[in-house]
Amino acid sequence: MNKLYASAESALEGIIRDGIDGFGLGQLPTTRQIRKMISSYVGENKEFERQYLAGELELEFTPQGNLAEKLRAGGAGIPAFFTRTGYGTIVAEGKPTQEFDGEWYVMERSLKADVSLVKAWKADTAGNLVYRMTARNFNPMVAAAAPICVAEVEEVVELGELDPDQIHTPGIYVKRLVHNPHPEKRIEQRTVSR
Amino acid sequence: MAWTREQMAQRAARELQDGYYVNLGIGLPTLVANYIPQGMDVWLQSENGLLGIGPFPTGASIDADLINAGKQTITTVPGSAFFSSADSFAMIRGGHINLSILGAMQVSEKGDLANWMVPDKMVKGMGGEFKILPQRTPPLTGVGAVDRIITELGVLDVTDGGIKLVELAPDVSLNELRQKTGVPIL
Repeated sequence: MNKLYASAESALEGIIRDGIDGFGLGQLPTTRQIRKMISSYVGENKEFERQYLAGELELEFTPQGNLAEKLRAGGAGIPAFFTRTGYGTIVAEGKPTQEFDGEWYVMERSLKADVSLVKAWKADTAGNLVYRMTARNFNPMVAAAAPICVAEVEEVVELGELDPDQIHTPGIYVKRLVHNPHPEKRIEQRTVSR
Repeated sequence: MAWTREQMAQRAARELQDGYYVNLGIGLPTLVANYIPQGMDVWLQSENGLLGIGPFPTGASIDADLINAGKQTITTVPGSAFFSSADSFAMIRGGHINLSILGAMQVSEKGDLANWMVPDKMVKGMGGEFKILPQRTPPLTGVGAVDRIITELGVLDVTDGGIKLVELAPDVSLNELRQKTGVPIL
């Protein structure tokens, strides 16, 4: 992430689920390397919020489930799909609608990118990825949604060491591995039992 | 006396039934997890990709890779399953979740939900919690999405005929609820 931060061009268009202020993907807005964001949540990124409210950044808000499905469809070669989510709201403005079986649906276009960045737990040298617990979230769809997927992983193992039954992202989607054995993982809300 | 946040969560927990799969939204709804009746089998879904949310971790078992949708550290329970966000929203959209308990800024008398932004003021995304107001002015999140409303003053149902009273918080009068709600209450 820090490398991209240094090299990204200012006209970058990003699809980001969200970002912490000044950390990881959350760094991109601070250096004004982003022109447009397609995102579901920016509440924790103050600079992001400031730039958007000041009209300096174009922001396309997408409900999180739509964002996940747009990316999944994009990677799967499906150009658009219908969903009930957002029907009748500003998210659906200007989009085609259609009735199926008595319910109204909005047509959503899928999303593809030029480069995708994911974070996984383990990879083998064929690029097969395994994520860890809830850190899987958007990564499998993001990996498939671009021709060049760069995966940052904590551990790289030899072929045959990962159980083929337990692969989350098959290596066909992954073009580059960045081995970072000790990534900084920030906890945003440290909640513990008493 | 109006309900506190904890009492609202406690009241919401009474909506749970044995065997339910339940999605809890960000903020106040996460408190509902503390009031699941003993012996009741309820699977809590975290939309970032977990079925079977356990209690908050102890200091030693805290793990940055195990969080809920509100980014709070959590744990699993025996029988938990992890999945991607696409699978997660597929199970919500596909109608497999029995009950969703969400925070709302505003709910209209037709059950329209607004919970994601106040124009020109703050930008958050889905989530957050505010009390029920008569007419929704922020952009809508969902049309006709709400069936039952739990506020600090009481419980209301969204029906075809309008908003219907289910229950008042202790010492809250119907008059007070009517005044503060501003839509006709059946």
